[in-house]
Amino acid sequence: MTTELKISEISANFAEGEQGKWGMAIDMDICTGCQACVAACAMENNVPFVGEADSGYGRSMHWIRTERFWEGEFPEIKMTPYQPVLCQQCGHAPCEPVCPAFATVHSQAEALNLQVYNRCVGTRYCANNCPYQVRSFNWRDYERPEPLPNQLNPDVTVRRRGVMEKCTFCIQRIHRAEDVAKSEGREVADGEFAPACAQACPADAIVFGRIDDPESAVSKMARGARGFHLLEELGTLPAVTYLKGG
Amino acid sequence: MASTATHHDHEQDHIAHLREKHLMLDPLPRGRMNEMVMESMHDTSWKFWVVFGILSVIVAVFLFGAWGYMIANGLGVAGVNRPSYWGIFLVNTVFWIGISHAGTFISAILRVFKAEFRRPFTRAAELMTTFGLVQAGFSIFMHMGRVWLSYWLMPIPNQRGLWPNFHSPLSWDLLAITTYLLSSTMYLFLPLIPDLAMARDRTPDGTWQKTFYRVLALGFRGTEGEWTHLRHAMNIFAFAIIPVMFSVHTIVSWDCAAATRPGWNSTIFGPYFVVGALHSGMGAVAMVLAVVQSRMKHMKYFIRGEHFDALGMLMLLVSMTWAYFFFNDYMVQWYGGDKWTQQLLHFHEAGPLGWMWFAMLIFNVAIPWATLWNKKWRSNPWLLFGVGLLINFGMWFERYIIIPISLTINRMPFTWRMYTPGVEIYLGIGTVAFFILLYMGASRLIPLIPVWEVQEGQMAHSLKKYGRETVVTISELE
Repeated sequence: MTTELKISEISANFAEGEQGKWGMAIDMDICTGCQACVAACAMENNVPFVGEADSGYGRSMHWIRTERFWEGEFPEIKMTPYQPVLCQQCGHAPCEPVCPAFATVHSQAEALNLQVYNRCVGTRYCANNCPYQVRSFNWRDYERPEPLPNQLNPDVTVRRRGVMEKCTFCIQRIHRAEDVAKSEGREVADGEFAPACAQACPADAIVFGRIDDPESAVSKMARGARGFHLLEELGTLPAVTYLKGG
Repeated sequence: MASTATHHDHEQDHIAHLREKHLMLDPLPRGRMNEMVMESMHDTSWKFWVVFGILSVIVAVFLFGAWGYMIANGLGVAGVNRPSYWGIFLVNTVFWIGISHAGTFISAILRVFKAEFRRPFTRAAELMTTFGLVQAGFSIFMHMGRVWLSYWLMPIPNQRGLWPNFHSPLSWDLLAITTYLLSSTMYLFLPLIPDLAMARDRTPDGTWQKTFYRVLALGFRGTEGEWTHLRHAMNIFAFAIIPVMFSVHTIVSWDCAAATRPGWNSTIFGPYFVVGALHSGMGAVAMVLAVVQSRMKHMKYFIRGEHFDALGMLMLLVSMTWAYFFFNDYMVQWYGGDKWTQQLLHFHEAGPLGWMWFAMLIFNVAIPWATLWNKKWRSNPWLLFGVGLLINFGMWFERYIIIPISLTINRMPFTWRMYTPGVEIYLGIGTVAFFILLYMGASRLIPLIPVWEVQEGQMAHSLKKYGRETVVTISELE
């Protein structure tokens, strides 16, 4: 959606929400709800463990969660399919305009939603305004008992108390793949790398790639009849497509 | 002849009755009145210091102690969670900004409309504005995850070119509240200058109070030129601060209204919040006046039944306006038919904290309507104190329903979860104690009654006899 303003002194183009560059397709029909994506994401991105009490109180910090509901009254209950929910990397993200410190910004290079930890002052407005509720706040400084500190990923910042964080589509892996491709003088090939959740998924329910390339695997999956976006009616232009109903 | 004597007696009774009822018709010599105001500041009993001491301890432990504990350990010690990312901190912020509104409303709007009953209590109300905003500032800074970096929200030029985001309603908030705090403090200060000069002239040399008054009175001597300038400045401020006041709470409401949350994105929120602010603020003014009248020396002369009567009428009017906006907001949201909003409205009334929703309506509407229609009842300070207290509870509940309870319901039912307050309860109590503490401190240093305004009003009012009838006349002084 590009709006052209024609005011006598001002002539500018405001790009309001653009479709992303990287995207994901999640096939709910083959997801087994094994939570491997949740574990892999926590390992890759140094997501802290908050303990049972805090987790039960709604302070778990996972960047991806597997949602599941029961339908109907007991005993006639039916389980809905598992639905992994992560940051949808909206093209028109509600979290971005509300941050007073510009800590929640849209990157031009990757067309992703970034959280700048250093700049975050912790007003938590972005999390309130996120319709998907996928942002995690560092309520405390969480301890990592030995030997857990040894497995921290050196490519990812360890966050301190008082800042917001969320899924980055494993931007460190995107950058590494781009660097390798650039040094070899080529483009990143489709399927050359995957974020931790997609890599760990034993059912291959999560597929990652370029959604601006119509020939990529993820674009082909997203175009299928089973595809839909979460809370599409809000106009957030999510980069994640869910597949259901096959 | 007998009938003439009776008529004369009646006349005297009538005049005495008018004098007793109306401060403006009951003048005292200026020297005596100044003395009374000075005595009201200096007449401090041991009970005052006991309360002052207790409140200081509460402020030290609950406000600064608990805040320090929270800064050191993170917001985990508070009750905020997913999805209620904002809890009592923001409830208190909105609440205190609401309290601060009545001061300006009473002082500026009634001054602009030349409502005579305002004269003795404009300052008491203006002080609430400034001190209420201080508490609002505390509450909003407390809720920040990294409050030590809060200066990043200011547009401070720096070599890295980092700038606050002026798209964010929180940036608008910061500007609006800062503007309001500065302008309301100046507006408090301007009418204070003649009274500070009065206090300076009546304070013995060599005391620190003398220095305090001398510095703040800015060498005011009461010349014609000084009065002209002062009136001019006050007039500008009285008119200019009214739109500022309306804008502040409208902008605060946009924190909610500009967000994509069910129950929040309501277009009526601006005026609804402003009226809500006036509702709680009027109640708070009534409470403060009742305490001041009963606890401070000579205050029974300055604050009378007529003032509570007038305040009671205002409270009733504001209560009716609030009820209209509440109904309007509810209707529009319900009629919108959004399924999440429907869920939320049901959750408000029938959820685990449904009692709060009903208490809000009883305290904000039913009780004021049931009591304030009666002139005799609303002239009673302690009844008005009680109604004001209930209204403040009701308005606090309203904000609690709008912020943490509405945040409980969102578009992802998987994350629905109740909010249980933690350390923020103590922080809230701390802000209440700090407000009272500041007010008590100010009552020992600042003339709580604008003496010159009362004297000016009394000069303008006179009883004149037209034929056999004694009537009140008011002349235009300004």
